[in-house]
Amino acid sequence: MGVRMTGTIYRVAGPVVMIEKLQAKMFDVVRVGREKLIGEVIQISPAYHTVQVYEDTSGIRPGEPVENTGQPLTVELGPGLLKSIYDGIQRPLPDLQKEMGDFIARGAFPQRLDKTKKWAFKPLVKKGDAVREGQVIGVVQETKTVQHKVMVPPGLSGTIQDIKTGQFTVVDTVATLDNGRKIHMMQEWPIRIPRRVGKRMVPDAPLITGQRVLDALFPIAKGGTAAAPGPFGAGKTVIQQQLAKWADTDVVVYIGCGERGNEMTEVLTEFPELKDPKTGNPLMERTVLIANTSNMPVAAREASIYTGITIAEYYRDMGYHIALMADSTSRWAEAMREISSRLEEMPGEEGYPAYLSTRLAEFYERAGRVISLGGDEGSISIIGAVSPPGGDLSEPVTQATLRVVKTFWSLDAKLAQRRHFPSINWLNSYSLYTETLAGWYAQHVAPEWADVVGRAMAILQEEEKLQEIVQLVGSDALPDKEKLTLETARMIREFFLQQNAYHDVDTYSDLGKSFLMLKTILGFHTQAVQKLATGTPVGAILATKARNGIADAKFEKDHVKVLEKAGREMQQELEKL
Amino acid sequence: MSDAQPMQGLNVKEYRTINRVEGPLVFVTKTHPIGYNEIVKIRLASGEMRLGQVLDTATDSVVVQVFEGTSGIDNQATARFLGDVIRLKVSKDMLGRVLNGRGDPIDGGPAIIPEDELDITGASINPYSRGPPRDFIQTGISTIDVMNTLVRGQKLPIFSGSGLPHNDIALQIARQAKVLSASENFAVVFAAMGITYEESKKFMTNFEETGAIERVVAFLNLANDPAVERLITPRMALTAAEYLAFKHDMHVLVILTDMTNYCESLRQIASAREEIPGRRGYPGYMYTDLATLYERAGMIKGKKGSVTQIPILTMVGDDITHPIPDLTGYITEGQVVLSRELHRKGVFPPVDVLPSLSRLMNQGIGKEKTREDHKQVSDQLYAAYAEGRDLRGLVAIVGEESLSPADRKLLAFAEAFEKQFVRQTSQENRAITDSLELSWKLLSALPEEGLTRISKDFRAKYLKKQGA
Repeated sequence: MGVRMTGTIYRVAGPVVMIEKLQAKMFDVVRVGREKLIGEVIQISPAYHTVQVYEDTSGIRPGEPVENTGQPLTVELGPGLLKSIYDGIQRPLPDLQKEMGDFIARGAFPQRLDKTKKWAFKPLVKKGDAVREGQVIGVVQETKTVQHKVMVPPGLSGTIQDIKTGQFTVVDTVATLDNGRKIHMMQEWPIRIPRRVGKRMVPDAPLITGQRVLDALFPIAKGGTAAAPGPFGAGKTVIQQQLAKWADTDVVVYIGCGERGNEMTEVLTEFPELKDPKTGNPLMERTVLIANTSNMPVAAREASIYTGITIAEYYRDMGYHIALMADSTSRWAEAMREISSRLEEMPGEEGYPAYLSTRLAEFYERAGRVISLGGDEGSISIIGAVSPPGGDLSEPVTQATLRVVKTFWSLDAKLAQRRHFPSINWLNSYSLYTETLAGWYAQHVAPEWADVVGRAMAILQEEEKLQEIVQLVGSDALPDKEKLTLETARMIREFFLQQNAYHDVDTYSDLGKSFLMLKTILGFHTQAVQKLATGTPVGAILATKARNGIADAKFEKDHVKVLEKAGREMQQELEKL
Repeated sequence: MSDAQPMQGLNVKEYRTINRVEGPLVFVTKTHPIGYNEIVKIRLASGEMRLGQVLDTATDSVVVQVFEGTSGIDNQATARFLGDVIRLKVSKDMLGRVLNGRGDPIDGGPAIIPEDELDITGASINPYSRGPPRDFIQTGISTIDVMNTLVRGQKLPIFSGSGLPHNDIALQIARQAKVLSASENFAVVFAAMGITYEESKKFMTNFEETGAIERVVAFLNLANDPAVERLITPRMALTAAEYLAFKHDMHVLVILTDMTNYCESLRQIASAREEIPGRRGYPGYMYTDLATLYERAGMIKGKKGSVTQIPILTMVGDDITHPIPDLTGYITEGQVVLSRELHRKGVFPPVDVLPSLSRLMNQGIGKEKTREDHKQVSDQLYAAYAEGRDLRGLVAIVGEESLSPADRKLLAFAEAFEKQFVRQTSQENRAITDSLELSWKLLSALPEEGLTRISKDFRAKYLKKQGA
């Protein structure tokens, strides 16, 4: 522990407190007032230090003492993170409940990691082995799903002099180096600084989400970034939760940043019950939840994003693939704005601080595919929800986000209103990973993947153009071929793009199923176009019924049979005409 | 909730050093340390007392916002700092009482003998302690029950416009709301912020006529009451609601009206403090501030009671992207949007289902809760009505003749949907099964293969009944 330095409160205005006679560095954590509220130094001037306080400041008075811990805001990293639910500064919510009941009072700071629980540590190195920072020296089975790799903490290296096997707490020494330095399972890391990596790499595989519109049309890569902006009610949270449930990653970090309390409850009740499609274990076994709801202190909301990404980086360093969901980054930006305005900083666009875009870029840049210091490949994919005021995408947070992210899922209120879910607008959204990932899809799903997806997109774009004409003259005036295009587009929209998150089967669609569905729909189109060329009237083609069988395949476990049957019957019907 | 008792005498300090008055704000020079958010009593030369709260405290001066306005305050007035935050005296006897916006009785009855005095700021419920809201509340209004289901512990605002019958709808919900199969321990907390005497009278008369007044706590801040007081009125109401719900196991429905007036007061204070304004002059922290109100709804694991909120707000110029409805929509679990067009057509309740939404609906409906086909029927109604509405635009240009027969059916469906499903009287209490049967009746007019949102099994089971 550093030398403790003290000061006195000079002024209190909401979460911002000014302190005189304090010795502190920027971002040092301080304990404010007699109740020892947690705060962080965010501005230093000749006379005062300005501190943002992570708890409610009601009743705090000028003249009360302030203590500097001399440390920046850190997280504790080690076994026990998974299955946890923390607030924005890594206080475990179940422990807060034990300490102060159902409502969050202040001044409590429980242990962030359980220091009494014993974990079975298995060493992977032996006495005399040379080890360096980030190298894995042993493992702990943290949950049924995830094996926790104990790494040499930052800044240490040497030769193993002693290493133990057996049951230990996170603060017990499990290994000693020749220079006398002891290694425990727990390490600390300041949240505002990215953890070091060996080498950064370009993403090359998709993050499979089981959501047809995402996997097929707008994929995100493992180690990539995506933003989902949309007005309220467009389904941002459902998308985030679907990804948290089904994305093919090893660990999920879900940050509820300034959102609804009842939504976190939903996650908390659902995740322990839902099964991870890969392992069959409850999803909670691979999840870390961070919940700083909208009515919890705004400064802790600002910190929650950093707390989450640091935990994600820690698991990435073990060689895992992480998906991090931030719902919502707009609330995070608003927290910055609120604090910035209390500091009386000169505002940038719409009152947001001038450093908004820098902070957003720095955050998204902590995503990526890397070789860790220990030599393992891991990745963090960030999916950030954005809540633009009034659904207006030209506002600063959306714009600053779009400058850095590679995938843009545009959520559309109009689609949501007619219950087209996921309400991702197929015309405005884009993914810059499509080309990078084409090779992967060709190899792992089907060689003609890119071709099929491309044709479907072309039909959807054609539909948009035709709809403009229909609006003016009615659909009767269209030529036959265009009428057929409209019908195929409808099939793509209703059968393929729409997916029911609340249906047991339809909630997850593997790549094979997605591909087969799309191929069957386009198969109809090709055959119908041929039939049209032989002079069959479009009315007769549209009157066929078998193609509706494709819609039923969504809800069937044995989708192959249903799709093949639908395909066969479609062909027979068309041939008979 | 911290329960440190105020230490009278020891912490109370009185100053006659008011050196600046600006709008609702008073600046006081002082020597003793004063706590942030501390309560202040200002005594005018005439002997009148005003209530205030500390907004900013420094070593030598404080800024106080005065809830009852600053007219008549001069540098001869004194400021007493009470060493405590604002508290509401709560008791089960509050039921049946009418209080003003500061929590004092105005019904001529005796003072309330407090069982407890609670900090009105309220603490946030630990997300880990929250219970999942999943009890279906039947309001008897089809558009809400079938398509935007309300569940216990939800916050579902009504987005209205000036001149629309939002008050009638709120009253109808308060009157008819019931949970199927549950024995009732029901209470209504009613908070009026800046509404007219007439409007408040309508609520109170209705509560009296239906006998509901026994189970109502009313906090009234009317249009001619001080604007700044509106900032504490909803907090008083929610404190009372939480107390009744979590101490006395009651299911409390909170009606907050009108949130637009609350936000106006918030803006007034912000501009008096010369804060940097956000969109349309509203302060940048309005989201956080509204969240501290709306998030005080929910259930708690292991407790029997619940707080359900129905805030009402009038959209300025019917604009749903205006900051007040916009920020509200981002916090609440859905919204019920009223439509001027439907109102003009004479449809009551004029609920526009398309922009309306209930986020907690899926948890509260389905087998064993309402009926197995509920979700799919709702989705189908949405899809068909949306298409029908689109076609109206088309018909205006090309005429009805050029529509295909299927489209004509959709057009007729949209019309029938508004006339039979949306429309009902303010006294009509439709059971959920009746509302669902009505939905099937309307849907049966459409070609069966067009009902893609409903599974084959349900179509076979429920659609046939219509033909029979």
